[in-house]
Amino acid sequence: MSDDQHGHAPRSFWRRYVFATDHKVIGLQYFFTSWVFLLIGFTMVLLMRWELAYPGTPIPFVGRLISPLLAPGGIMTGELYNSLGAMHGTLMIFLGIVPLGFAAFGNYILPLQIGADDMAFPRINMASYWLYFVGGVLMLSSFILPGGAAQSGWTSYAPLAEFNPGQTTWLVSMVLIITSSLLGAINFLTTGINMRAPGLSLFRLPVFVWAQLVTSVLLLLAFPPLEAAAVLQLMDRVLHTSFFIPAGLVVLGTKVAASGGGSPLLWEHLFWFLGHPEVYVLLLPAMGIVCEIIAANTRKPLHGYKIIVYSMLAIGVLSFVVWAHHMFVSGMSPMLGNFFLVTTMIISVPSVAILTSMIYSLQGGSIRFSVPMLFALAFMPLFGIGGLTGLPLGLTVTDIYLHDTYYIIGHFHYVVVTGSIIALMGGVYHWFPKWFGRKMNDFWGKVHFWGSVAAMNGVFFPMFIIGLHGESRRLYDPTAQIHNLPAHYWHIVSTVSAGLLMLFQLPFIINVIHGIFWGEKTQENPWKATTLEWACPSPPPHGNFEKPPRVYHDPYGYSVPGYREDWLPQNVEWEGA
Amino acid sequence: MGGRMTTAAAVAAPPSEFRTGLTNAKLGVWLFLASEVMLFATLFTTYIVLRLGASEWPRGWEVLNVPLGFTNTLVLIVSSVTMVMAYAKCWDRDYKGFRIYLGVTIALGFVFLGIKSFEWAAKFRVHHFPSTSIYYALYFTMTGLHGLHVICGMIVNGALFVLSKKEWDHPLFMGRIEGSGLFWHFVDIVWIFLFPTFYLL
Repeated sequence: MSDDQHGHAPRSFWRRYVFATDHKVIGLQYFFTSWVFLLIGFTMVLLMRWELAYPGTPIPFVGRLISPLLAPGGIMTGELYNSLGAMHGTLMIFLGIVPLGFAAFGNYILPLQIGADDMAFPRINMASYWLYFVGGVLMLSSFILPGGAAQSGWTSYAPLAEFNPGQTTWLVSMVLIITSSLLGAINFLTTGINMRAPGLSLFRLPVFVWAQLVTSVLLLLAFPPLEAAAVLQLMDRVLHTSFFIPAGLVVLGTKVAASGGGSPLLWEHLFWFLGHPEVYVLLLPAMGIVCEIIAANTRKPLHGYKIIVYSMLAIGVLSFVVWAHHMFVSGMSPMLGNFFLVTTMIISVPSVAILTSMIYSLQGGSIRFSVPMLFALAFMPLFGIGGLTGLPLGLTVTDIYLHDTYYIIGHFHYVVVTGSIIALMGGVYHWFPKWFGRKMNDFWGKVHFWGSVAAMNGVFFPMFIIGLHGESRRLYDPTAQIHNLPAHYWHIVSTVSAGLLMLFQLPFIINVIHGIFWGEKTQENPWKATTLEWACPSPPPHGNFEKPPRVYHDPYGYSVPGYREDWLPQNVEWEGA
Repeated sequence: MGGRMTTAAAVAAPPSEFRTGLTNAKLGVWLFLASEVMLFATLFTTYIVLRLGASEWPRGWEVLNVPLGFTNTLVLIVSSVTMVMAYAKCWDRDYKGFRIYLGVTIALGFVFLGIKSFEWAAKFRVHHFPSTSIYYALYFTMTGLHGLHVICGMIVNGALFVLSKKEWDHPLFMGRIEGSGLFWHFVDIVWIFLFPTFYLL
């Protein structure tokens, strides 16, 4: 509870925009920073895609700009490919989507939707952002630090990660980023549980708030194991313990001088104990955003509000008992494999329940095809593809063939890109008027939407085909194996689509910048939506609401029979409801 | 400050019937402790997994100094009691008693760290390092991380000790002592698990 929580905003530039404690400023800080990391991570994978489609040829335009140590003559080395791979995963997940979906949207929208004047701990909130920022910058700067960037993938499997240069920086950055997420989770939970407006009972909370709260629990309980694992791996690297080094390990023909006795499999277990809940950390905020957009644009209450909430809670619990389906081929007793097979099949049930509720919500609605609604509509089938293609991976038998092929890359990118990122983009268009008091351009929004959706499918669908041909996902030069050649042209399709996808982000970036300064001005509630964030001015002033709101209804009071409008805001008292 | 008074008033009488009745700070500390439980649970799990996979494991009482470990256990348990007493004196508005009990709590933290560093130094003298064996790797990592928690708890208690001069009558002060106490008890409990795990099993 900061001293400036009430009254006027701090006047000095540094306290207002840099070391800010206002949840809205911090939300926007997260917003812009995470988009920058997403673009950097995307650029990295474009370089990798070039190497995959045209192995051993100089990268056009930018190849010559890369240090000749990493790319002699503009041709990518294997080391650079490995570094880019590790950094792409890390940046996109830990520095891109989590800070965007959880921290940026959560920080800005959650306190508004519950009618609070700020987060519970504004100064801890500031600390979260700056830990994230420093961790992210350190992660990126590892490219120029001695040892270079980490080369062991975002999963940092032992024992490979124990000996690769650059891993120490990765671990230190991760500890900073994890700490940031933990502080954020504590803040969100306390705010959501304790600072709701009068009348806002748990089952009157908008779905987005529920999604954020479940996400916070996942972060709170799943991240500490990875933090512990990162500390143990750091000990292995710095103090030469052998937590993840087995006895008698031989690397490059020489026996490793370590006491041994560690377990590489243990790392995988600890990593995926975070890793699987993390998938839902990426997904739940996105689902929450889609629900908000659907309700506002179909002009009817969400179908199955309680089903959605209970499903999210079920996902939260179940996501802690499915992690080892990432490790079916790592070595595991078949009994244990069957257990994780069953839990994995069960966790698909609540996800399908949520998706079904979303689709039913469309039924009988007068759908407004606004730009955010287009993104929400695209989320459903595309996330559906991502989810359904996951089933063969969750079944131990089919996973043996598909594991570590391009199929799995196609699968999780359908979930995270055409699922999460599509929804997050929709969220930007949806809440942009609230953030800046101005709208984004509709035409260029539609260009961005159709171009991105087409290009995303062009990037990721070929990966299913390549994967079914049996191509390993870990190859620097896929043409080195002759059985990969028949499907190789799909790599070219994928790479060209990736270039187009980048191109179609230009209208988005320009639209955001143009919108902030010159966009069409809007009222406080341009979508005629019912939840509390629309009941305060756009952009909300310091302290948000002119007087603390009181809540009288369920969150989605659309087309209430007998009411004069087709939307009944949560904070408007009306006897007929 | 006016802002502070508003906040304090809000804590005393939550405006919403749906609030939990806990202050934000107390709720936040409990949530933080939940994440800490997961952190140490992971380390204990690591211990179990690695020990089950080990071909040989030293007997704790043969390699570590059990009387010293036991003394340290007592020290932390007593410090938990004095921490509660400090909180109770806070309720009684007994400033002098509060300072004495909080001071003793901090002093016991120093005693714990002193004994612990003596034990560590004894190990280093005979060239037992984290890299020596997986047992010592776990021992140094887990007691080291616990030691860091002790230091953090002492820093918070020390800060409150200094602040109490000025903020004794602050409406949130008691909540801060309670939060710091919760953390201190947690640190105590972790040691109660660490002691048998390394010294007695």
